[in-house]
Amino acid sequence: MLIKRPDPIRPSEITSETLYASRREFLRLSIGAGLGLAVGSLLPGTVRAGEKLATTVKSSFSIIEKPTEFADITSYGNFIEFGYDKQDAMAAAQRLRVRPWEVRIEGLVKQPKTLGIEDILRLAPLEERIYRHRCVEGWSMVIPWSGFPLATLLKQVEPLGSAKYVELITVSQPETMINLRSRQVEWPYVEGLRLDEAMHPLTLAAVGMYGEVMPKPNGAPLRLVVPWKYGFKSAKSINLIRFTEREPHTFWNKEVPDEYGFYANVNPDVDHPRWSQARERRIGEFFKRKTLPFNGYADQVASLYSGLDLKKNF
Amino acid sequence: MILSDRQLASLKILLFLACLIPAANLAWGVYADTLGANPIEAVTRGLGKWALSFLLITLCVTPLRRFTGRPWVGRLRRMLGLYTFFYACLHVTSYLWFDQFFDWQEIAQDILKRPFITLGFIAFCLLVPLAVTSNKAMIRRLGGRRWQELHRMVYAVAIIAVVHFSLMVKKDLTQPLLYGIGLALLLGLRAFWRYQEKQKQLAGAYMPNKPKGRIIPIVSKR
Repeated sequence: MLIKRPDPIRPSEITSETLYASRREFLRLSIGAGLGLAVGSLLPGTVRAGEKLATTVKSSFSIIEKPTEFADITSYGNFIEFGYDKQDAMAAAQRLRVRPWEVRIEGLVKQPKTLGIEDILRLAPLEERIYRHRCVEGWSMVIPWSGFPLATLLKQVEPLGSAKYVELITVSQPETMINLRSRQVEWPYVEGLRLDEAMHPLTLAAVGMYGEVMPKPNGAPLRLVVPWKYGFKSAKSINLIRFTEREPHTFWNKEVPDEYGFYANVNPDVDHPRWSQARERRIGEFFKRKTLPFNGYADQVASLYSGLDLKKNF
Repeated sequence: MILSDRQLASLKILLFLACLIPAANLAWGVYADTLGANPIEAVTRGLGKWALSFLLITLCVTPLRRFTGRPWVGRLRRMLGLYTFFYACLHVTSYLWFDQFFDWQEIAQDILKRPFITLGFIAFCLLVPLAVTSNKAMIRRLGGRRWQELHRMVYAVAIIAVVHFSLMVKKDLTQPLLYGIGLALLLGLRAFWRYQEKQKQLAGAYMPNKPKGRIIPIVSKR
């Protein structure tokens, strides 16, 4: 007699253990996402926070350390256009307008180009990169970014031979960014990299975090991530990229030149004038840990700086 | 309004408890996890801010007493001063413990190398003799005049503490500036009183009704 066996369960049908364990959270998120989608479809141009990104490629550049809590990453950080207090600014950053969004690439290039964010999201398969993030203030996180190498974005234009640096500039939205209304400092926020730093495979054009669309406080919709440099180098909410011949005048370097250098490589041996950089507080941990040269990425990037006095070029 | 001893004692108990509220609030914040992603930093900074706040509150006592003409206000000063020291001790402890984990070599380097830590350390060291000489026995031992001279050091501590605060912030000086303005007002008022008193003494018209005890002249006769 023929006994019909049930079809074997396909692996794709098996609920992952973590998902099973977090099914309530999943339900809550799904409902939220569903509502978000519904509302989003009614209001074209709005951004659906929490929307999943199709991040498929795992990266060998990822570190094996436990990522910092999502809630901590999105609530603690510097986004000084929105305020000088970390917590207040991150909360206020929810006002950021992220659609429509265009990124202009100009300067020393054959043909300047303007790309819509939707096109940028389709430039390359999105990779998940779990990176260390070390703030110049002495705290650190582990953040699972989604994005692709900045080089991919920069290759959309043809730089001229005279181009030596890349400037990355944060959007100016005085109507949402309260600090832009005062002339206490020189806006917009400008960051910059040497061309070889910008083209390095570790340097990321990030569009998401934790597999979701980039949360606004973390620099939606497109930000730079340079994991071996202090966090302030990784400009948020970028809408202008410019190839230049001269070293860019970067925001913090202009404001306080003796405290924040152009290079800003993470270096436990070069103190900030006001505090030591030897150790850091990993958010979520009680004990401080030792800060690593180049934030632990020395193997990949130290060679970029051979022959450069890192104490002078801090 | 004159307070009886019993009323003053109750007031002191109330004030004692009220002064504990900021510490309790921080402790609750740690327990309930409402201090954000970096609770240790929030605690250290919170305690520092309260130490400085209590210092300025203490400096408000004398002006308040003079403006209201209520001598009992002055009798709250010691407790407020000691609470300044209490919060300063907690602030320093939280730095030594949570920031440095009692790594004395690191701490010594920090104090020597970093003006911001150096100033905080000096301010705290200068507070210690003030706290130690705050009881009646010490006042008697030192004598009122010497005691008063010693305790004028609190003005220096306040200035150093405000500078210490302002050196910590990255860009936005609003908060240290507010403390600085408060302190400038409190010190300016004292300078003004001193100037007035000097004028009175010079005019020889010092105090119409004869006070008890010896008058301490602040202008020397030639």
